Amino acid sequence: MALETTVIEDKLTEKFGDKVFGFVDIKDMFSFEVEAASANDVLRFLKEDAVLRFNFLTDVCGVHYPDNEVERQFAVVYHLHNWMDNVRIRIKAFLNGENPEIDSATNLYLGANWQERETYDFYGIIFKGHPQLKRILNMDEMTVFPMRKEYPMEDGGRTDKDDRFFGRKPDNVNNN
Amino acid sequence: MSDLLLPPELRYAKMIEQRQNEDGSELAILNLGPTHPATHGIFQNILLMDGERILDGEGTVGYIHRAFEKIAENRPFYQITPLTDRMNYCSSPINNMGWWMTLEKALDIEVPKRVQYLRVIIMELARIADHIICNSVLGVDTGALTGFLYVFQYREKIYEIYEEICGARLTTNMGRIGGFERDWSPAAFKKINDFLEEFPAIWTEFENLLSRNRIFMDRTINVGPISAEKAMSYGFTGPNLRAAGIDYDVRVMKPYSSYEDFEFDVPVGQSGDTYDRFCVRNAEVWESLKIIKQALEKLPEGPFHANVPDYYLPPKEDVYNNMEALIYHFKIVMGEVPVPKTEVYHAVEGGNGELGFYLITDGSRTPYRLHFRRPCFIYYQAFNDMVKGQMLSDAIATLSSLNVIAGELDA
Amino acid sequence: MSDQKDIKIVGAPAGIEGQGFFATKLDEVVGLARANSLWPLPFATSCCGIEFMATMAATYDLARFGSERMSFSPRQADMLLVMGTIAKKMAPILRQVYEQMAEPRWVIAVGACASSGGVFDTYSVLQGIDKVIPVDVYVPGCPPRPEQILDGILTLQDIVKNESVRRRSSPEYQELLASYNIT
Repeated sequence: MALETTVIEDKLTEKFGDKVFGFVDIKDMFSFEVEAASANDVLRFLKEDAVLRFNFLTDVCGVHYPDNEVERQFAVVYHLHNWMDNVRIRIKAFLNGENPEIDSATNLYLGANWQERETYDFYGIIFKGHPQLKRILNMDEMTVFPMRKEYPMEDGGRTDKDDRFFGRKPDNVNNN
Repeated sequence: MSDLLLPPELRYAKMIEQRQNEDGSELAILNLGPTHPATHGIFQNILLMDGERILDGEGTVGYIHRAFEKIAENRPFYQITPLTDRMNYCSSPINNMGWWMTLEKALDIEVPKRVQYLRVIIMELARIADHIICNSVLGVDTGALTGFLYVFQYREKIYEIYEEICGARLTTNMGRIGGFERDWSPAAFKKINDFLEEFPAIWTEFENLLSRNRIFMDRTINVGPISAEKAMSYGFTGPNLRAAGIDYDVRVMKPYSSYEDFEFDVPVGQSGDTYDRFCVRNAEVWESLKIIKQALEKLPEGPFHANVPDYYLPPKEDVYNNMEALIYHFKIVMGEVPVPKTEVYHAVEGGNGELGFYLITDGSRTPYRLHFRRPCFIYYQAFNDMVKGQMLSDAIATLSSLNVIAGELDA
Repeated sequence: MSDQKDIKIVGAPAGIEGQGFFATKLDEVVGLARANSLWPLPFATSCCGIEFMATMAATYDLARFGSERMSFSPRQADMLLVMGTIAKKMAPILRQVYEQMAEPRWVIAVGACASSGGVFDTYSVLQGIDKVIPVDVYVPGCPPRPEQILDGILTLQDIVKNESVRRRSSPEYQELLASYNIT
C-alpha cells in the first residue's frame, strides 16, 4: 500500500507537535516546514521510522529571502525520497538572517556533505557538526557569499563594458 | 580547528612526518589534476600515496564554476536553456527537455502526445551519445584507443540528427515551452532510421572488443567498487547506482513524457565496480535503442507543440502579418513570460542519474531561485572513498567509469 | 591507402635550386618545419573539449595537419589550445601551464568562453584568457564546429610559417610578455 501524505502528517505531528507545520501539497510534492532546531531530529525520524522510510536524500539547497523578517531570511530546503513507496517530500527550515545556523545532516546521509558545503559556499549558512565546512566551488579567498541577493551577478572589475549600451545609465549621450 | 579544514597537502605532510614504514620508505603526496591528461574534466585530487597504493585523498572542485544558479536568477525563463546545455554537454537535449518539462509543470501545460514521443526519442539518443563517450573513454584509459576512434564516428551520426532537428551539434538549445520549434523533417527521421540500422552492429563489435577482453576485465573487475547501501547514502543515481544493484530509475519511478508507454528493462549490476558500470551502460544503450524503435513505431500524428500562445513563439509569417502574433512575439522575446508564483521540483533521468530542477518563482520575469540537482556533483564526493586502498592506475579507471562531467559538477 | 599519389607533401619554399643544392632563407625552412608539426596541448575544460575530441577523431582527423600527437606535457608542446570556460580559480593554473611551455609557443583560444568569457559574465569566470596570457588565434563559436577549430589551426599554421626566427628575442615580444608579467 502506498504511503499516504496524511499518514506522514499525522505521524510527524504526533511525534513533534507544533515543531512541524505548514503542510501543503504543491505541484505533486508534499511539503512542510520544520523548526530549524529540530530539523535533524525530524530527518532522522523520517529516515528511521518503520513506516515512513525516507531512505534517500535527493537534494539540499539554500534560498535567500532578504525581504522577510529577520527570523525567516534564509531557508534550507531538503528533498527526501522514499524508494519503497515512491513518495517524495520537501522540508523547509527557515533560519535567522543574521546568524543562519542549522544542524548538519551528514550524520544521516553521507551525500549531504558536499551539498551542505555548496550551500555554505553560496549563502554562508553554517551547518553545525559538519566535518569539513569550507568553500567548495568558489575560491577559498572569497570573502562574500555570492548567491545572497544583495551581491550582483556580474564581476565589478570589468573595464570593457560601457554602461551606456546596457541601459544602466539614464543619459545615453553624455557618459560622465 | 579541525584538521580537515586545512588544505589537504598540509594535512598529509603532517601524516607523512608522523608515520614511518618498517622498511624505511616514506609516504608521498601526489597531485592529480586539475589538468591531468587522464582525468576527463578538471578536478584536482591530492592523494596520499604509499608506493602505488592510495591511502587517502581529497578532491577539490570548482575549477569551472560558472555560477549557473546566479545567472538563472537574472535571466528570463527562455534564456536559461542555454545554461542547461552547458551542464552535461555530452547529453544536452536531456537537460533542455528537463527544463521545459519543469516549466510546463509549473504552468500546468499539457503537451501533445507527439511532442512527448519526439522528446523520448531525442532524450534516448542523447543517452546513447553520453554512454558512448563514457564507455569508449574508459577503453582509452585502460589502453584501447581503437574502440574510441571507431564508435566516435557513430556519435557524429547522432550529432547529425541533432543538427537536422535544431541546427546545432553539441549545445543544442532545443525546443520551446510546450513543444519543439518546428516539426521534425523527413530527413531527420531518415537519419534516425539509418542510425538504428547501422549502430547495433557497431555497438556489438565494440562490446565484443572489450567486455570479454582479458586485459580489460583485469583492469576493471573489482576496481573502485561501492556497496549498495553506501551508494544510496552518498546519493548515487543513474547507471552508477544501478551498477551497485539498485534498480532506481526516474523513468520508471515517476514516468515523465510518456515513458510509461514503452517497454524496457532497467539493467542492474551487482558489485558496483568499474566493470559493472561499464556493463550497465552498455546494456542501457540497447534499452535506449529499444525505446527509440517503439517510439518511432507508435509515433502519433498531431501538432508539434501545445497551443499556448502566451509561451510559444508564433510562426514568423504571422508575426509580420498579424497584430496579435506580433505582440506575443515581442513579449516572449523580451522575456515577459507570465509565470505564476509557485514551487516545483522536476526530475528526469539524465545520462548520469537523476537530474533535478528545483524552481521557485515569485511571479516576476526571472526565477526567484533555480537549483539544479546535478548528479555528478553529488556522487563525485564518494570518489576518494571508493579508491582508498586501490592502486593509482585503478583510480583513473574508476574516475573514468563514473563519468564525471566537469560542467555538470561545477555548475 | 597504399596509393602513394594520395599522400600530399608540403611544397618547398621559394629558393634557388641547382644540381645538388637548394638555397633558401632559414626563416622559411624553419617556419615550414614548425608549421607542419605543431604539437598541441589540449587544455580542455568543458563543452569545446568535446568538440575537440570530435576534431581529433576519425571524421575530422586532425592528423591530416600534422597535429595528431597530443602532448600532455607542456614542456614538449608548441600550441596551447584553450577550450572551454576558464574560471578565476583556474586562471593561475592556465598561466602556470603557459609558463612551463618552451619557446616558441602559440596559443589558440577556442570558443567564446576562452575568447571573452562568453555567456558567463559572472563573478567567477575569467572574461577571456587574454587577461592572463597572450593569444595568437581566437576561434569563435559556442562551441565552434570541428571545421572551425581546424580553420583556427590552419590560421595558426599560417602565422607560424611567416614568423621570423628572431621574433622571440625581439624587444616587442619581450614587451608583450612583460605586459603579462611573464618572465
